[in-house]
Amino acid sequence: MFKSRKRNAILIQAFVALLLLVGGFFLIRSAQQSLVDQNITSGFGFLWRSTGWDVGFSLIPYTINDPYWKVILVGILNTLFLGSIGLVLATVIGVCIGALRTSRNPVMSFLGTCYVETIRNVPLILQAFFWYAVFTHLPGPKQALDLGGLFFLSARGIMMPGLNVSQSYGLLAGLALLLGLVLAIAFRLAPRPTIARRIAYPKYSRYALLGGLALAIVFLLLGHEADLGLIQRPELKGLNFIGGIRVPPEFAALLTAMSLYGGAFLGEIIRAGFMSVSRGQIEAAHALGLSGFQVFSNVRLPLALRTVLPTLTNQYVWLLKATTMGIAVGFADFFLVVSTAINQSGQTLELIFILMAGFLIINNTLAAGMNFINRRIKLRGTQLRT
Amino acid sequence: MADISLASTLPGTSRLADLRRKMFPNVLSGAVSVLGIAVTAWLFWILLRWAVLDAVFFGTPEECKAASGACWAIVTDRWRLMFFGLYPYEQHWRSALAFLTLIGVIVLSCVPYFWTAVRLPILWVVSLTIFIVLMRGGVFGLSVVTEEKWGGLTLSVFIFAATALIGMPLAIALALLRRSTLPLVSTLAAVVIDCVRSLPLVTILFAVAVVVPIIAPNMPSTKLTRVIFGMSIFFAAYQAEILRSGIQSLPMGQEEAAKALGIGYWNRTTRIILPQAFRRALPPTVSQFAISFKEVSLVIVIGIFDFLASGNAAYGSGDWAFAYVEVYVFMAFIYFLFVFSLSRYGAHLERRMRVGK
Repeated sequence: MFKSRKRNAILIQAFVALLLLVGGFFLIRSAQQSLVDQNITSGFGFLWRSTGWDVGFSLIPYTINDPYWKVILVGILNTLFLGSIGLVLATVIGVCIGALRTSRNPVMSFLGTCYVETIRNVPLILQAFFWYAVFTHLPGPKQALDLGGLFFLSARGIMMPGLNVSQSYGLLAGLALLLGLVLAIAFRLAPRPTIARRIAYPKYSRYALLGGLALAIVFLLLGHEADLGLIQRPELKGLNFIGGIRVPPEFAALLTAMSLYGGAFLGEIIRAGFMSVSRGQIEAAHALGLSGFQVFSNVRLPLALRTVLPTLTNQYVWLLKATTMGIAVGFADFFLVVSTAINQSGQTLELIFILMAGFLIINNTLAAGMNFINRRIKLRGTQLRT
Repeated sequence: MADISLASTLPGTSRLADLRRKMFPNVLSGAVSVLGIAVTAWLFWILLRWAVLDAVFFGTPEECKAASGACWAIVTDRWRLMFFGLYPYEQHWRSALAFLTLIGVIVLSCVPYFWTAVRLPILWVVSLTIFIVLMRGGVFGLSVVTEEKWGGLTLSVFIFAATALIGMPLAIALALLRRSTLPLVSTLAAVVIDCVRSLPLVTILFAVAVVVPIIAPNMPSTKLTRVIFGMSIFFAAYQAEILRSGIQSLPMGQEEAAKALGIGYWNRTTRIILPQAFRRALPPTVSQFAISFKEVSLVIVIGIFDFLASGNAAYGSGDWAFAYVEVYVFMAFIYFLFVFSLSRYGAHLERRMRVGK
């Protein structure tokens, strides 16, 4: 009987494999045939052709003569840029909401509940549309809403004070800062098997942070356009603003929607984390004479974060995927860029492949990074960390 | 009598005293409470004035512009567009009836009487058939209305219902395949589930809408059916994981005992494993349905004229263009009604199931 079961298993699997091969073969044949019918040459050669169309928002210099691979890079960078700012803002909102919801004051927890239930039960894309409509219905630049002379809200976008630095140097400075931060975190979290490393790594971590900062400042000074002040406020000249940074309404709308929506979900997750901190720990902290804020920042928050990190990872990956809402408001994220490229070049299969591969890589990298942090900071049995 | 007066002073016995103790335990917390109540009341007053007192419920765009409150006139004027899309005006009753059928089946599915492997599928298949007959027409003297003209909230609910109907069996299949003892089969199922789960829904919708006609040009399919197919795969990947965790939470003894009794795979799975797994996975399943309902709104991206798209169209044309806030608030309210009641129902189930433990 066992022998026949084993033979059955092999037979079934061979059959499945055969089915897959045959199915795949026919699909590829049919796809090739229809590509030939539509006069489309397959392959990735098109990536080096110039695009001939512009994107609305780009972190790196981009012109319509640039090739397709560059426009895809622009899209990926935009997605990462929007995603990382959105994640940070959503986390800040989430911690606030989580703290509100766990507050013992019924008025505060009621307000938190209202926020969460309202935001969470309405689709994100609807909220993105809503904020986009709000931001594009703001008054024109001449009647822009003035917030303290530093920020101006108008239908053209949000104007804010900016550094007078050429784009490529600004990008380099940002990269230096990011590198320093990543290195610092890596040194903080890296295993420390020997005492020498236990002493050295926190030092390296500080050095990495300071080095990144110094390098960023050097880049900013190098890229500083000499005839203007380093920091410049936006000023109304004629029909538009001059100086400062313009945040386009698409970006502002998407960022607002993402951080508010993500904040509601993260708030619920963080609330669960706060609830999981045992009363004994909090009472012990109070007994040791820590103030209310110290108990929050040194005991409740770190313990809660450790509990919720795996759930948080899933939510972060989800939020990063939510940047694809860019297509709803016309923000040039990875997905919008790829779908425009498909319309313009007709290289559907290749571009869809790039899109899916890109998202798989980005999301799995984020998840792997978060899992690494989780492994490093999770509480061991003794709660003593080396 | 003395007992009663004594009892009312004990903590927790009087609602008012209880509330006072919670809200004003000390000066700081009391001040926060007062401030919070004041801000809430102020916000509520502004909202009330905007939404009800100063609002225009019926009228023309000009009357709306003159008033300072909300312009609900756009909703009373264009509600048919939002609910039924581009469906022929004289046939709107069919769309309304079809919509009510689906709402009815969703409500009925929440009644435990229907929770059997026979009743639930029959209920859904029958009502979806009624829906399609009503909407498409061509029989019983109903005029034919093609899929391109379907739209509005009716279409959104239909996509949701069809996704659930196709996605659920797919999810069961994927969950069982992933647990298969054959390494090739379980790996394949795992790869499919994990890939789908790490992609955004929009890209999957886009892929089925755009790629399928290229790979298989001869396959007869409309955009709507392809979208439903894509949504179902997405739903199934998430639901399969929920079911798998339900199955894994069962004690090993259940399956081993069944094996020891000589019960075969199918009977074991359909009569012992799945019923218990479904029971355990019920609360997350309900919240997955709620998420899924929200996600239907993404179909606008590939040009399906759903509730959101028809809402955009309702204020998009000329004279109502200023009333975008009211349209979005109204649509948000409708979505809120659906999703909030689903999630409340899920919470109710969770409470109910905890009773036994």
